[in-house]
Amino acid sequence: MTRLRVRFQKLGKVRWTSHRDVARMWERACRRVQLPVAWTGGFSPRPKLSFGLALPTGAESLAEYLDLELASEADVDLDGLPARLTPALPAGVDVTAAAVVASTPSGGRAPSLQEDVDSCGWRVGFAPGVDLAALADRALASSSLLVERERKGRLSVDDVRPAILALSAVVTAEGEPELEALLATRPRALRPQELLRALDPDLEGTRVCRTHQWIERDGLREEPLAVAPHAAWARAQ
Amino acid sequence: MTSLWPRIEPLLAKVQKPARYIGCEDGSRTPEHGSRRVAWLLVYPDAYEVGLPNQGLQILYEILNERDDAVAERAYAPWVDLEALMRSHRLPLFSVDTHRPAGDFDLLAFNVSAELVYTNVLNCIDLASVPVRAADRGPEHTLVVAGGHCAFNPEPLADFVDVFVIGDGEEVVSEITEVVGEWKASGRTPGSRERVLRDLASVPGVYVPSMYDVSYEGPWLRAITPRYPGVPEHVEKRTVADLADWPYPKQQLVPLTEVVHDRLNVEIFRGCTRGCRFCQAGMITRPVRERPADQVRTMVSDGLRRTGYDEVSLTSLSSADFSGIDGVVAGIVNDPVNCGQVSLSLPSLRVDAFTVSVATEIQKVRRTGLTFAPEAGAWRLRQVINKLIREEDLYGAVEAAYSQGWRRVKLYFMTGLPTEMDEDTLGIAHLARNCVAIGRRYHKGASVTASVGGFVPKPHTPFQWFGQNGAAELQRKVGLLRDDLRRDRAVNLRWHDPKATLAEGIASRGDRRIGAVIEEVWRRGGVFQEWSEHFDMALWEEAMAAHGLSIDWYVTRHRTEDEVLPWDHVSAGLHKDFLWQDWQDALAEHGLPDCRWTPCYDCGVCTDYGLEHVVASTLPPAGGSQGTGQDLSAGGDVPVTLLPVGGRG
Repeated sequence: MTRLRVRFQKLGKVRWTSHRDVARMWERACRRVQLPVAWTGGFSPRPKLSFGLALPTGAESLAEYLDLELASEADVDLDGLPARLTPALPAGVDVTAAAVVASTPSGGRAPSLQEDVDSCGWRVGFAPGVDLAALADRALASSSLLVERERKGRLSVDDVRPAILALSAVVTAEGEPELEALLATRPRALRPQELLRALDPDLEGTRVCRTHQWIERDGLREEPLAVAPHAAWARAQ
Repeated sequence: MTSLWPRIEPLLAKVQKPARYIGCEDGSRTPEHGSRRVAWLLVYPDAYEVGLPNQGLQILYEILNERDDAVAERAYAPWVDLEALMRSHRLPLFSVDTHRPAGDFDLLAFNVSAELVYTNVLNCIDLASVPVRAADRGPEHTLVVAGGHCAFNPEPLADFVDVFVIGDGEEVVSEITEVVGEWKASGRTPGSRERVLRDLASVPGVYVPSMYDVSYEGPWLRAITPRYPGVPEHVEKRTVADLADWPYPKQQLVPLTEVVHDRLNVEIFRGCTRGCRFCQAGMITRPVRERPADQVRTMVSDGLRRTGYDEVSLTSLSSADFSGIDGVVAGIVNDPVNCGQVSLSLPSLRVDAFTVSVATEIQKVRRTGLTFAPEAGAWRLRQVINKLIREEDLYGAVEAAYSQGWRRVKLYFMTGLPTEMDEDTLGIAHLARNCVAIGRRYHKGASVTASVGGFVPKPHTPFQWFGQNGAAELQRKVGLLRDDLRRDRAVNLRWHDPKATLAEGIASRGDRRIGAVIEEVWRRGGVFQEWSEHFDMALWEEAMAAHGLSIDWYVTRHRTEDEVLPWDHVSAGLHKDFLWQDWQDALAEHGLPDCRWTPCYDCGVCTDYGLEHVVASTLPPAGGSQGTGQDLSAGGDVPVTLLPVGGRG
């Protein structure tokens, strides 16, 4: 069975839709372009789409990924796929790459996005005047950073310092202060809002954008889809 | 003016479901405004997820945007969290299409389909920075328009709405655009508002309440009379003669976030002549106008391809009555274009075995629950309300459903119907129990949900004279059912809050004096009253008392034949003497057949308006017509025997 992986962006007004909303958009888009997606069986069949780590509602992203399983007999033109899918998706959701997910060297099933992604790169924008450099330095210098957060309705206090893999303050070309962060997704993903709370409870970002998702293999970091945007790819068997 | 988006967006991080406010739906427009274009803001005065699917609003949105001289955008009532932020940040009501302030539009046009949203209408007018009372507005203010089923009794909102549209909107919106376009071109000079309203009052189907005097005698309404020559004494509803001319919406909006009825909706016919006496929709939308089957098929296949939906609903007031519905259904389900992955739903299913066989065909993909609406628990009472379903019909339908794999059946009932006795109410429990027993023959876990709503008499129906049951009486009846069903675990009883039914009753048959009550409830924070978490009966009771009005007088009192009703000057084409006769027939427990398939009994609509039913077949649908005494299991060719109809020569 062929598994396809696509990379897409989520920018602009559409950032206010939820993870579930995005899943529904994709189901409709696959039907609109008549992509021969495999279906689940059972009482309420659904197309076999699987997403990576949920993007928080309100965050933008340059690096969203989706795996979709094709019906066994399917024959899909990968080169043209991004250009076919993008118009079937809402404005702001653009497909930037697609490729077949190869099996593991031993012929086994490749891990899912959820299983594979170890960290995410984030950019958080702020109103002018915030001294981000001092905040970042203090966070990096501390041995632990406690934050109260909720999971499935239960509150817990966690040390999120180990999940901060990198953190730096930058200024954009427009002169706006930004934080660049690399945050681990294991054992539990550190969300950008939780990072801000850990840095300073009163800190309020204006914009959040996921710039990368990373998979670590043999000490090297690679993206879930190692292709340039709109790259042409030979069809794998 | 420019887009408010940069000011709106920072607030969205602080509210629930921010996708309600972004627009961007597939099918949405970003029209270019201009001084030669009349700008309509179409407002659904409820939450986005309820308002977005509204087909009436979407139809007008397309028709107006197709015109060179008009633009239309949409707005929905902001949820309470965003409303509070909008007020503290001084942000007005905005369109979701280009996020323009409501004040940029020439018309603020509400689709009003339920009475409990009236306070939301006032809230939206206020958020639009328009004075809530029509009398306080000047030429600089947007015109406030309202249409939809509630416009058939416009009086409770008469103080707040400049212009009501009665009936189908497809044609009249263009006529209004032309009148308002002239007003806009003339520069909306001081004093011109009165003139444009007078011009609008002469458009057929348009009611301008400020052009009428209302006189009372004590609590009694004496008359509602035009103030000027040229203003019609009776406002007749508008009716689109042939649905084939209006294949709208052509580009149904596909929301980005979850909404109710999130599927392709294709209206297969408008109007219904089943003659259910409680049903306002059936009375005010006559005659029956079917869409040609070919057009239905085209709208379905084009719509599915464009939207990517995997579910389509063929909408109407009783979809199984569409001529040749089985053929249309089979065509859609078996169309290879739809890849066999499309599920179809028919809302408002008739209760018989034929509809179950249609449902079996359409729910091949996803078999959800099946819903029937016997409406009353006893045959006697069903004759009173003219919902002529025999007990055998229901059991036949339920048996067919369980035998074909459904495990959950939902039954809709009303309580507080005219002449209802406790034994009728308890008939609901009896029917539900028997349905469970039938289901048990097929599945051990078969269950039935019985949903019971309190009956609210509606204007322009034979029951408009009936004194509604009070909240205590409805509560008592619900209690009877609850006690009776206490041991029946397989019957899941649900009921509507009797207090909300009472509040709906105040507005349903209210007159112009109820406007002050609606305003007071709104001023005291009573918005989203149709949402149980926001509904507050105390606000309504206190507002009624504050204005010296009696709930009993407005709600539970029986009206007499000679009484002037607040909506007598608005006509749905139904003769008042027909309605009165039908009310008398109801009390005599006489049913009335469906005039699509039997001779005309002259309710007034077709004869007065020169209209006819538009139906592909003048025979009752295959499998029979409920109440015609046919053997429903035997198929189409059984001779029709009509039930006796009394009181008419």
